[in-house]
Amino acid sequence: MVQPDLQTVRLSNGKEITVHTQLFINNEFVPGHGPLIETINPATEEVICSVHSADKQDVDAAVNAAATCFKDTWRKVAPAEKARLIHKLADLMERDRDELATLDALDNGKAFTVARDVDITDSIACYRYFAGWADKIHGKTIDTTFDKLCYTRHEALGVVGAVIPWNYPTMMAAWKFAPALAAGNCIVMKTSEITPLPAYKFAALVKEAGFPAGVVNIITGYGHTTGSFLGSHPLVSKMAFTGSTATGRKIMESSSSSNLKKLQLELGGKSAQIVCADADLDKAAEWSCGGIFNNHGQSCNAGSRILVHESVHDQFLELFIKHTKAMIKIGDPFDEDTFQGPQISKGQFEKILNYIEIGKKEGAIVSYGGKRWGNKGYYIEPTVFTNCHNQMRVMREEIFGPVVVIAKFKTIEEAIDIANDSDYGLAGGVYTTDLDTAITVTNEVKTGTMWVNCFDVFDQSTPFGGYKQSGFGKELGKYALQEYTQVKVVKILRSSKI
Amino acid sequence: MTSFITEITAPDGHKVSLNTGLFINNEFVAGAHTIDTINPATGEVITSVQAAEAEQVNLAVDAAHKAFYGGWKTSNPRERARLMRKLADLVERDAEDLVHLESMDNGKPLSNSRMMDPVGFVEHLQYYAGFCDKLHGKVIETKGKLSYTVHEPIGVCGGIIPWNVPMMMLAWKIAPAVCTGNTVVVKTSELTPLSALKIAELVKEAGFPPGVINIITGYGPKAGEALSRHMKVSKIAFTGSLATGRAIMKAAAETNLKKVTLELGGKSPSIIFDDVESVDEVVFWAHMGIFFNAGQACCAGTRLYVQEGIYDTFVEKFKALTLSKKVGDPFAADTFQGPQISETQFKRVMNYIDIGKKEGATCYLGGERIGSQGYFIEPTIFTDVGADMTIMKEEIFGPVVVISKFKDIDDVIAKANDTTYGLAAGVFTSNISRAVKVSNALEAGTIWVNHYYSASAAEPFGGYKQSGIGRECGEYALSNYTQVKAVKINIGL
Repeated sequence: MVQPDLQTVRLSNGKEITVHTQLFINNEFVPGHGPLIETINPATEEVICSVHSADKQDVDAAVNAAATCFKDTWRKVAPAEKARLIHKLADLMERDRDELATLDALDNGKAFTVARDVDITDSIACYRYFAGWADKIHGKTIDTTFDKLCYTRHEALGVVGAVIPWNYPTMMAAWKFAPALAAGNCIVMKTSEITPLPAYKFAALVKEAGFPAGVVNIITGYGHTTGSFLGSHPLVSKMAFTGSTATGRKIMESSSSSNLKKLQLELGGKSAQIVCADADLDKAAEWSCGGIFNNHGQSCNAGSRILVHESVHDQFLELFIKHTKAMIKIGDPFDEDTFQGPQISKGQFEKILNYIEIGKKEGAIVSYGGKRWGNKGYYIEPTVFTNCHNQMRVMREEIFGPVVVIAKFKTIEEAIDIANDSDYGLAGGVYTTDLDTAITVTNEVKTGTMWVNCFDVFDQSTPFGGYKQSGFGKELGKYALQEYTQVKVVKILRSSKI
Repeated sequence: MTSFITEITAPDGHKVSLNTGLFINNEFVAGAHTIDTINPATGEVITSVQAAEAEQVNLAVDAAHKAFYGGWKTSNPRERARLMRKLADLVERDAEDLVHLESMDNGKPLSNSRMMDPVGFVEHLQYYAGFCDKLHGKVIETKGKLSYTVHEPIGVCGGIIPWNVPMMMLAWKIAPAVCTGNTVVVKTSELTPLSALKIAELVKEAGFPPGVINIITGYGPKAGEALSRHMKVSKIAFTGSLATGRAIMKAAAETNLKKVTLELGGKSPSIIFDDVESVDEVVFWAHMGIFFNAGQACCAGTRLYVQEGIYDTFVEKFKALTLSKKVGDPFAADTFQGPQISETQFKRVMNYIDIGKKEGATCYLGGERIGSQGYFIEPTIFTDVGADMTIMKEEIFGPVVVISKFKDIDDVIAKANDTTYGLAAGVFTSNISRAVKVSNALEAGTIWVNHYYSASAAEPFGGYKQSGIGRECGEYALSNYTQVKAVKINIGL
């Protein structure tokens, strides 16, 4: 008996909602041939429902649907029409904002108010931003010799594969879909098997908006099976991946042994927030608190190391803990005043608690938090380690939870060196009132984003992506379009006889 | 307060409610006097509208100035985009009202307007709405400095638009200006004020703050002059005749050096080679290129150079196609060509036809008025036209085409370029080298190869030589409405 697509799910407040659970291929919900996978509510540790997963033949079906659609249909659709469809999709997301936010909160554990006001809102803005680019992707004409006409075209790649993580389900999908569609590609996206529900609701809106069948295909499954089939598929021209550095390496390897598909990797980080002696300490404490504890610390760009000038360390720490207490209310995702929900899964929960033990063993001091919260759901207290130095594992390895490590520095040069002493290079921040310090630090720290007197501030217009082993390629902004197009140069030689 | 609301009934019975005041600061207000707007198909008055002179222009500019510094300059680009998209949606909603007004006021066939005008307006608004949050400066690496540029809005932008495609011209002046954070005062042609007044209602309904978009009408020498000379207007964009373009440039020079863009006339050539795949197809494009909109387009293909090998066939087929197209009532479903816009224009075109005959050209087809009511002129073909004849050199702005024979490619290119204009040109050939060579050689802002008249919000449009200054449409238009500030921070000089 094949599990029907629509399943009824009960929320903690007693409300019932209907969710899609089958694979979305060629504008239809179809059963998968992979195993049914249970998706867990991290606030209750209970199964929400099971979803279909994709095996090799399903991945083939999805990729073929995308390839056929690209060749026969999507590449012939006028750019302004593509823009119109993307705007229509955004309209529908606006209409169903609460439902989308509910699914993000239910499957991921983030607070409903955060899902609604940040994740879904920013996702809608992302689609609208890239819709505006659809008819503005320009090549150039390039003067060479008088007898030639040379020009470039920025063409779509064709079929794009995307593998997204569980930390911002709807938003991570938006960051991949929006530029890919605007640039004219068809997509097969594998969502995380931990948070499969939001994207299937989104899929229904894609069909309602009127996208031709095969433009958007959404499947789920395990990374080492479904993800691997997608990553090695010969008809996929590019893989866009957000997730761990370890998996990023696998995707790169699989590209090298399959069809050399183009890659974009957005991986982990251990971003440093530098608090200078002349910073507005209260503001720095407030921003840096959000910088680590937003999304329960489950952000690749989390400011998980804080480097504080020794002269202001104690004062800063006091303010930081004050803001942590005031800001971080832990609770059920569907409570109006919850800031922090549970961590995503049992596995992550145990990993984070283990890092807390490692930190203690290494000699770091728990100045706040340090343990589980409550006794049901994967909740962990916001945790502050002090007395850290940059050789500790908790200073070097990505914990991906609400754990911040704080170290002192004597000089700006030292702070810059510590910030750069990492294999990662995703983001960073500096808090200072001095113009020269701000420019020097932002110039010297080797990361893809540097925030000054703020942290974790995003906009659809500004690019995001890492240096070093935090990955390569940019999401958001005009820069993202480069990732989803390929350049062809055409050179026409004129006959000298004419 | 006096109401300027009136109801207009179109010849097919469709009724449109319209506010005929000057649209200033989101209100419809009185003008210095009124102007009657005529239906050129009948010669009868449609309605009268409020008209601006210097005093009302001052009010409009003040409103725009206040709105600019009162928040529009620093507004959230995405809010600007949202308002622009909302206006586009409303134009789509009220498309039937708008095309009825446009067809009555301008004389273009209703079916034409329905096909082109709301779609074109919406496309333009949507295109530039998408640019609002994509206005990038650069960071430029130099030693010892952080140097970057910012592209800022200019301020109050004036627009003076013509009567030949009123809705489209309004979109071209509003969209890029508002997108980049400017406020606008647009003076419509006193011959075709109506569709813009309906759009003004929609501007308010969309939620634009008062003063951001102001729409007025009035005579050129009064309202247009006041706008061009105003010290608080930072930029003027004009589409119309060369003569008025000169006056506007002069006015800017004599006052505050406001930035000027001009989109003026043309005498655009099409070169038709004997290797074309289908003469019928070329005839279709060339015919559209001159007789569409009764020849009232700045970029109309008014000179045709046909290679001798296909000349006779071409002329014969061109004549046949021309005769098959109906000239008459804009509201009849099978009308291709409506009347000329006004009695003045009508007389002007008839005068050129007269001059053509007097100078010895052959009037191969047409050349006469049609009927006695409305300003209808037969589609007219002249042949045997010398290179120095008046009708070969001057812009007629009516349904009059000149067809010449050519043999040699370099010679015809020279003839095509022998004009003070340079707005557009057509090239018809199946040979790729020829297409590239001729496109490179022609001195015009738009070259259409194997077709004529395609346009979109994304492709720039504007003239070489005395056809104008600057480009509208596309990313190019943004530079007309922004000014560049370079900021250089010392970090180690």
